[in-house]
Amino acid sequence: MSTGALYNDQGSAEAAVEAGQETTPTSSGSGAAFGLFSTDFKKNEDLKEMLESNKESLKLEAMKRIVGLISKGKNASELFPAVVKNVASKNIELKKLVYVYLVRYAEEQQDLALLSISTFQRALKDPNQFIRASALRVLSSIRVPIIVPIMMLAIKEAASDLSPYVRKTSAHAIQKLFSLDPDQKEQLIEVIEKLLKDKSTLVAGSVVVAFEEVCPDRIDLIHKNFRKLCNLLVDVEEWGQVVIINMLTRYARTQFTSPWREDAMFDENNEKAFYDSDSEEKKGQADVKTYIMDPDHRLLLRNTKPLLQSRNTAVVMAVAQLYWHLAPKHEVSIVTKSLVRLLRSHREVQYVVLQNIATMSIQRKGMFEPYMKSFYVRSTDSTHIKTLKLEILTNLANEANISTILREFQTYVKSQDKAFAAATIQAIGRCATNISEVTDTCLNGLVLLLSNRDESVVAESVVVIKKLLQTQPNQHSDIISHMAKLFDNITVPMARASILWLMGEYCERVPKIAPDVLRKMAKTFTVEEDIVKLQTVNLAAKLFLTNSKQTKLLTQYILNLGKYDQNYDIRDRTRFIRQLIVPSEKSSTLNKYARRILLASKPAPVLESAFKDRDRFQLGTLSHSLNIKTSGYQELSEWPAVAPDPSVRNVEVIEPVKEWAPSVGKAKQSKSEDKFYSDDEEKEENASDSSSSDDSDSSSSSSEESGSESEEESNEESEKTSSDSGKSSSESETEPKNNSKKATRKKKPADSDSDESDSKASSSSAESSSSSVSDSDDDSEPPAPQKKSNVKARPKVEVKSKKEVSLLDLDDFSPAPMNAPKPSVFSPSLLSDLEGLSLSNVSSAMQVTTPSFGPMKTFELLHHMTGKGLSAKYHFPRQPCLYQPSMVSVQVILTNGSDHTLEEIHVGDRSPASLHIHCFNTIERLEPRASVTVSMGIDFSDSTQAANFQLCTKEDQFSVSIQPAVGELLMPSTMTEADFCKEQKKLLGMNETSATITMTTANTSSQTINKQVLSVANVGVAPSSQNNFHRFAGRTVSSGALVLVSLELKESSSALLTINTEKSIMASMLLQDLKQALTEA
Amino acid sequence: MIHSLFLINASGDIFLEKHWKSVVSRSVCDYFFEAQERATEPENVPPVIPTPHHYLISVLRHRIYFVAVIQSEVPPLFVIEFLHRVVDTFQDYFGVCTEAAIKDNVVVVYELLEEMLDNGFPLATESNILKELIKPPTILRTMVNTITGSTNVGEQLPTGQLSVVPWRRTGVKYTNNEAYFDVVEEIDAIIDKSGSTITAEIQGVIDACVKLTGMPDLTLSFMNPRLLDDVSFHPCVRFKRWEAERILSFIPPDGNFRLLSYHVSSQNLVAIPVYVKHNITFREGSSQGRFDLTLGPKQTMGKAVESVLVSSQLPRGVLNANLNPSQGAYTFDPVTKLLTWDVGKINPQKLPNLKGTMNLQAGASKPDENPTINIQFKIQQMAISGLKVNRLDMYGEKYKPFKGIKYMTKAGKFQVRTYQHFLMVQTSM
Repeated sequence: MSTGALYNDQGSAEAAVEAGQETTPTSSGSGAAFGLFSTDFKKNEDLKEMLESNKESLKLEAMKRIVGLISKGKNASELFPAVVKNVASKNIELKKLVYVYLVRYAEEQQDLALLSISTFQRALKDPNQFIRASALRVLSSIRVPIIVPIMMLAIKEAASDLSPYVRKTSAHAIQKLFSLDPDQKEQLIEVIEKLLKDKSTLVAGSVVVAFEEVCPDRIDLIHKNFRKLCNLLVDVEEWGQVVIINMLTRYARTQFTSPWREDAMFDENNEKAFYDSDSEEKKGQADVKTYIMDPDHRLLLRNTKPLLQSRNTAVVMAVAQLYWHLAPKHEVSIVTKSLVRLLRSHREVQYVVLQNIATMSIQRKGMFEPYMKSFYVRSTDSTHIKTLKLEILTNLANEANISTILREFQTYVKSQDKAFAAATIQAIGRCATNISEVTDTCLNGLVLLLSNRDESVVAESVVVIKKLLQTQPNQHSDIISHMAKLFDNITVPMARASILWLMGEYCERVPKIAPDVLRKMAKTFTVEEDIVKLQTVNLAAKLFLTNSKQTKLLTQYILNLGKYDQNYDIRDRTRFIRQLIVPSEKSSTLNKYARRILLASKPAPVLESAFKDRDRFQLGTLSHSLNIKTSGYQELSEWPAVAPDPSVRNVEVIEPVKEWAPSVGKAKQSKSEDKFYSDDEEKEENASDSSSSDDSDSSSSSSEESGSESEEESNEESEKTSSDSGKSSSESETEPKNNSKKATRKKKPADSDSDESDSKASSSSAESSSSSVSDSDDDSEPPAPQKKSNVKARPKVEVKSKKEVSLLDLDDFSPAPMNAPKPSVFSPSLLSDLEGLSLSNVSSAMQVTTPSFGPMKTFELLHHMTGKGLSAKYHFPRQPCLYQPSMVSVQVILTNGSDHTLEEIHVGDRSPASLHIHCFNTIERLEPRASVTVSMGIDFSDSTQAANFQLCTKEDQFSVSIQPAVGELLMPSTMTEADFCKEQKKLLGMNETSATITMTTANTSSQTINKQVLSVANVGVAPSSQNNFHRFAGRTVSSGALVLVSLELKESSSALLTINTEKSIMASMLLQDLKQALTEA
Repeated sequence: MIHSLFLINASGDIFLEKHWKSVVSRSVCDYFFEAQERATEPENVPPVIPTPHHYLISVLRHRIYFVAVIQSEVPPLFVIEFLHRVVDTFQDYFGVCTEAAIKDNVVVVYELLEEMLDNGFPLATESNILKELIKPPTILRTMVNTITGSTNVGEQLPTGQLSVVPWRRTGVKYTNNEAYFDVVEEIDAIIDKSGSTITAEIQGVIDACVKLTGMPDLTLSFMNPRLLDDVSFHPCVRFKRWEAERILSFIPPDGNFRLLSYHVSSQNLVAIPVYVKHNITFREGSSQGRFDLTLGPKQTMGKAVESVLVSSQLPRGVLNANLNPSQGAYTFDPVTKLLTWDVGKINPQKLPNLKGTMNLQAGASKPDENPTINIQFKIQQMAISGLKVNRLDMYGEKYKPFKGIKYMTKAGKFQVRTYQHFLMVQTSM
């Protein structure tokens, strides 16, 4: 239906109504006043009649028309009495439309609006939560000051409602009441405080919005809820996530110390200045020195990271800014990929994201450099997107990529969008000043552009050349003379003016040309634009001072022309110049200084980014986008020098167990969402596991691990029973999926049964915190495809399969039950503390606490004798490398064994030169007897060739080398038995290496074998359905080539060890290592 | 947060307004109109505009500006994202999001906006919840409503908002249970004059249409999940499962939704399925230019390249073009200088070609710039990245669903540059 036709329909419908006839209006009859104003009045009369009739359908129709009026911004307020009568209607739609009307006009008709209040008050007591919620919603939206006390009462009541939905509504109502009557602030803060304690994900977002609106400065209200908010975050609806993340960013900046090294140093110096030499000072220094991230700080970073994967661009941006403002410098770059992804979104999203990237790229080129091509401009981009991309490309330019960028810029110069072409020329100018290597190239290029046919391009080039020459005028007289030659062809006034200015400024470098240019100008002076005339006068004056012999007459001629010019600016200027330069009796004093005034050396203009000063605003905010401080903008405070007491965040209130379990569980869930940490966590579990069995480990086996572990056990148990009884799906177990380290897990003692029942009970009773319970349900239902193989496997090999399951669970167990048993052992407050503490308490480099299994082999990197006191050890923590997936992560423990402080420990030259090392940040100071653990990433390119590099201190350099064992060049890979066999078949012949080994019978148990193999190589256990077959799978870290290890036990303690991989050298080395490990054991 | 919303059509009329807090006069839009005047193209209106007392954040979709009025600090993306959700919801409800459709359904629009925001903060934005609250208008329902006087407003209360899977309606029933997944990949590329790739990326999405009874729990696995470099999920996808196993496990929303969008990194080599041979020249002193363009398939794995559409913005100096297409039809708009050639399918035996002359303004000098060529195409049954779905399993329900997976490759922002670099860098580098 065309719009025109539609209008006609409506017109006729209205006409019919006006005639007082009943029609059968369509829902499209949204009755707008298309006619004259006079009809408004009449029509409203009819609407009034319709509203007062007995027929619901008529009333509804009338209301629809009224909503139509409102939507067009027409005034329908005189219908208020007629409409408000229908507020108690039974018809839901009618009622809703009346609400719409009421909220819109109540402010204007306060007395009448009061008539409706009792209806809402009644509804507030309704047994149905939705009716209560909607009553509160409307009641609080009516902006009538008289009902403030009623609203206050309703909000307080709703804040303790049983339904989280009603509580959410009350959080919204808080802001409405606050905007209506700010005097209620104190009472409202009480309600906010109460709602902040709420455990429901529904409420969390809304109450934080209220907090931000009402009392953003009451940061103390957050302390107790900080951990809970972090833990709930993944499950809060997306809009709430944005608000919470922004609030927590602000919070964190007031509560934690800076994770940025420089700042730590700065603080230290401060302290030095304050205290004089005593023992305390040294202690203080050491504290600052080894920066330890507050566990809560880490918790926040970790729990927000998965949200980078959100489909909501605002959430991604919020996380990105959080990392930018809070994370240690080397961790910020994880947000890059997600930000670049947002560039595929709508134009408006691109605009805001590009603005933020522009600001970020000024400070951190490295973050976005790998994605440079994503910022290439397309001809279909809109102009402001193009300019922003150009800005970013310019920011990213460095010696290495400048040629690529300049080549790209060349195409932009040819763009049909002239504004953009001009911006490109400016960008070239900026590159030229920033990177001195290309200054000449750029200048030459720009000079070539001077012969371009497009005037704006030429003009912009001249302007940019002018700026460039100003920065280094000495070498470029040829360019100036070239420009003088082009002068006749250039018509754009700005460009002409710029050339004239250049001539005047550097007239002594082109002594022959400048007077000639002035001669030409004298001829055309009268027809030039004003700006050109001004510069002509300027040039004449400068030449008069430097070369008065040749130009005296010319100057006088021009000054005379200027004297009678139509433009008063030019007349003024002429008069001024004349007084200044032409000697006369009166102005002799000024005259003396004329030369110094006119030919003073001028500071070169600084070509810098327009986004230079944007970083004063928090990223992602409206203020940042507009580069002005908007109302309601909350400044991000500087890091405190000394962290406020972290214990304020401890929650000492003993909560009912069921309340706490899920929210803690959330933390675990989100943690396991994060790959890095999930590994970490598994390792910890394993560690505590092994420490319980062979006690070889110094792991921080906190209650958390043991808690989660017992739950895994219970999972395992239930899995066993379920599979035994032959049910394949819809059981309480999840898809098994394996990761290597679990191989060392011991069979669980049977006492876990009690834990299991505990967890069941607690999780099922946690009705109110619905989401986490649901999670466990969700996870428990679907067994994935691989399940089948395991089910098959189980009946045959009881022990083996059972163990597998326990291994497999780990990655995918349901979070709530996993933590559920905890509260039965510990008080929640203790738990939450431990939870924080157990994580990353070492260095800023995301130190992972415990090695995966058994005693970790540590190697000597530098002996303290050779290192003049500095000693270094390293080990392979077997985590995926943080910096680059192709790197092997290495942890180096640096110890200062000397009696003086070592300074500036860093990595120096390396060989081979192509070696990729991600170095640790320079350690500014290492006190005597202190040690620090740092992590590095080394790309060994799948070879055992040693990585040689120099470990430098301020004074010395020591050559060290790290030689990886072949097994450390692998990372575990998970696959099903079927996949394993399939892959193995692909890697036969050349790719297969095998050997027969002899093993003592004592060592043929699967635990021992697993332990031995895993101690040699960082591989994952693959399931096997046969008792005498052990399979391990891994990939090389650098190239990702599959490495399959299988061990077939035969009679008389011999075994066949087979390795399938295309990396044959690695295979043979690995075979050697494994052989040795297995036979020895 | 969001104070008011104004909908403005292409001719600058405010045709709908909605306020969530106190009323903001529509005169605030004057600032927007000013910015609109300054911008040469509709897309060039800045998305964020400051005014003395308010801030205007706008999105442009379907030639309608959705202008939100903000009074204090709020993340701009928050508002932009929300406005896009509003448009998506309208589209979902009315099939199209045009001025006419919005005016036709103004009551539904108002009811929707009322539910989506409370006091300016988003309340219910999940389409499944909204559909439970307010039934989308269909022709049949409109008729029934007219006769019986019943309404579009759902009789039931929105339990979905409380549910553990807020994105899914409860009590879904179908007689035919089916789940369709479309893997759609778009190639964004810039090709330079010589045909070499400057940059190429693959962006993919998996759109799903799931009509399954009850509460099905689906898992979708890929043959080669490692291809996916960067992904973003619908909230229903269990993230940790993906992290651990690279399997998509989810309880789907009912109906159409975007399950996943992903990015295949630019580091991987991207196969470019078409090539373009072009010769577009203008001679100095002549008022004619030559135009010759040939398209051909490459690296298409035997699949046909279809729905090919070439468009190019010719230089301003071009008055008209006399071209001769070997297939399809071309149009040249002398006002906007936009040349479009609807090629259709590329036949590898007889490559499509467009050849002829362009007439320039008499006396005008030769245009500096050579145009960019934008190409659109589709290739059915192929995902250019090689991504393959391994299997789809359903748990939690007894019936056997009908499953279908479709692959398609499309051109995204696929541009061929025809201009030469000027001499600057080659000489010295």
